Amino acid sequence: MKVIEAAGLGKRFGSTWALRECTLAIPDGHVAALVGPNGAGKTTLLNLAVGLAAPSAGDLSVLGGRRPGSPAALDGIAFVAQDTPLYKNLSAADMLHLTRNLNRHFDQGYAEGRLGELGIPLKRKAGKLSGGQQAQLALSLALARRPRLLVLDEPVAMLDPLARHDFMATVLTAAADDGVSVLLSSHVLAELERVADYLILMSQGRVQLAGEVDDLLASHRMLTGPTAEAGNYAERPVVHVRRAEAQAHLLVRATADDPIPRGWEAHPVGLEELALAYLREPGAAAMPGPARRPEAEASEVTK
Amino acid sequence: MTALTALTAPTRLEAEATLRPVPWRRMAWVIWRQHRVGLGAVAAALSALAVYVWIVGLQLHHAYVAATTCNPASPVCGGLITHFNFMNHVLVGGYTLQLVPALIGAFVGAPVLARELETGTFRYAWTQGFGGWRWTLAKLVGLAVVVTAAAGALSLLFSWYYQPYLATGHQALSLSEESPFSSALFDLRGVAFAAWTLVAFAIGGLAGLLIRRVVPAIVATLAAYTGLALVTANLLRQHYLTPLLTTNPNVPGSAWIFSQWWTKGGKFAFFGWRDAPHNLVQQCASIPVGPLGKPSQGTLAQCFAQHGYTQLTSYQPASRFWAFQWIEGGWLLALSVLLIAVTVWVVRRRAA
Repeated sequence: MKVIEAAGLGKRFGSTWALRECTLAIPDGHVAALVGPNGAGKTTLLNLAVGLAAPSAGDLSVLGGRRPGSPAALDGIAFVAQDTPLYKNLSAADMLHLTRNLNRHFDQGYAEGRLGELGIPLKRKAGKLSGGQQAQLALSLALARRPRLLVLDEPVAMLDPLARHDFMATVLTAAADDGVSVLLSSHVLAELERVADYLILMSQGRVQLAGEVDDLLASHRMLTGPTAEAGNYAERPVVHVRRAEAQAHLLVRATADDPIPRGWEAHPVGLEELALAYLREPGAAAMPGPARRPEAEASEVTK
Repeated sequence: MTALTALTAPTRLEAEATLRPVPWRRMAWVIWRQHRVGLGAVAAALSALAVYVWIVGLQLHHAYVAATTCNPASPVCGGLITHFNFMNHVLVGGYTLQLVPALIGAFVGAPVLARELETGTFRYAWTQGFGGWRWTLAKLVGLAVVVTAAAGALSLLFSWYYQPYLATGHQALSLSEESPFSSALFDLRGVAFAAWTLVAFAIGGLAGLLIRRVVPAIVATLAAYTGLALVTANLLRQHYLTPLLTTNPNVPGSAWIFSQWWTKGGKFAFFGWRDAPHNLVQQCASIPVGPLGKPSQGTLAQCFAQHGYTQLTSYQPASRFWAFQWIEGGWLLALSVLLIAVTVWVVRRRAA
């Protein structure tokens, strides 16, 4: 099952396209990270997926063919929006009650247990909780709905490192123990290496790269060699070139089996390194390849 | 755990085929919990107003009884009549109370969606299993029923309050009398007051959605409501039913008179005595002069009639009060339903 499947998806605000020709298929069972600079279209894509906005172009389905915003989609997707909006004047207990009333499934015991573990008093108003506690409350509300897909928009951007760690630990536990698929957007790259096993890179309203992290890492190599020869490498597509005085670093789309030019060394790449290289090359979505559409290529990496 | 998930997955898919939306009644608690403070404040304000109107109303009714049962020969009678007539100014002849629907609409209706959009909580509320447009519909309809019922109860009190000014048959005592169509009173009584409250609330709901911020939405609601109320009172209302025409010069004071003019031989002659032909005025000039040096209306009219002129009056009789109430209540209800439907439609279209 694909938790999210988009074909030619676009969203326009006035005359500006926040999202363009987005083609994407995220399989279930992953913690998928949506990465890109501010304004890349991450929030727009998430809002479309949770039914908070309607597409201007193209098709989008969730949870294996459901229309976003349909009863089945609403039922199966829990969303924690940016800055974790809660009713500040309601207590944590009231937020639980509210969420229970608004959903078909709500695991009250789980939610209360989670808040107990976290030391969040049920009587305290949401507005009086710390930022980390508010984020944890919003996450607990979302997980107590027992969703099949958890969507998080910049969940840790406002949190301190400890709260960030605790928050992501909760997400990962839910993913591992309950099989919840997760889609989270973030511009905190360092966090991703630890949590994400699926990566979607976005830039300027387009999807640059999408695929399982292991496949992406296996299909990229960092070549290090003399700067003077950096321009001559043509065996495999080059994503990004970083030139230093003596040596150049080439991020290339190549596997461990691909031949290495004489005088060059190949290293495996890390996720952060890979993401940064693509983000520095917004045009790299149109990765050179034999007569392939850029979007098609981006999603084919998933195979 | 994985095995368990795998086992439950098929049943879950089956359940989805017949997935029913979360029941509407679940929103009752949500509305109550989220709006009890606001509704409590409105209830407190309306209760205070009701108590005030009731106390003044008791005095007003006493003043009315005192004035009507007074022996006209008694020297205190004039004072009692003046006292009663002046009590109509306590609520500025009813115009103060006309603010109530506007304020309810602005302060209850406008924040319903504007606050969610302003604080971002709509991203929580509209992504729950209940669904965004159903949430919007349930909130607007639920709160609309509450405020409309409260306004209906309040208008019963206003009807009682204004009863003395609407009682006919005491013109001889020169007691202040109001037409039930008076622009100050018509929409305080009957079904109009509740209908105006409903439409104010519906305007507030839509303004909140479109403007997305509480304070500007409140201001816009007040402005839109005021415009609608003025246009209705001054331009629309008189056209609900075709006015009656009468040649009877004594149209009751409870009637809503639009215009009066004189005819001769079935043809239009002139409007008031100021426009009357010069020779006619001269012929009638010998008649006794009233206060302020003007000819008194009654005797002048008699003189005109003697010269073959007929006065025509176009008016709405007081007996049409309820017909007018239902017409106004009807179209305001239709407008409110339309506004709420548009609001829900916009939410549904934006939020899939």
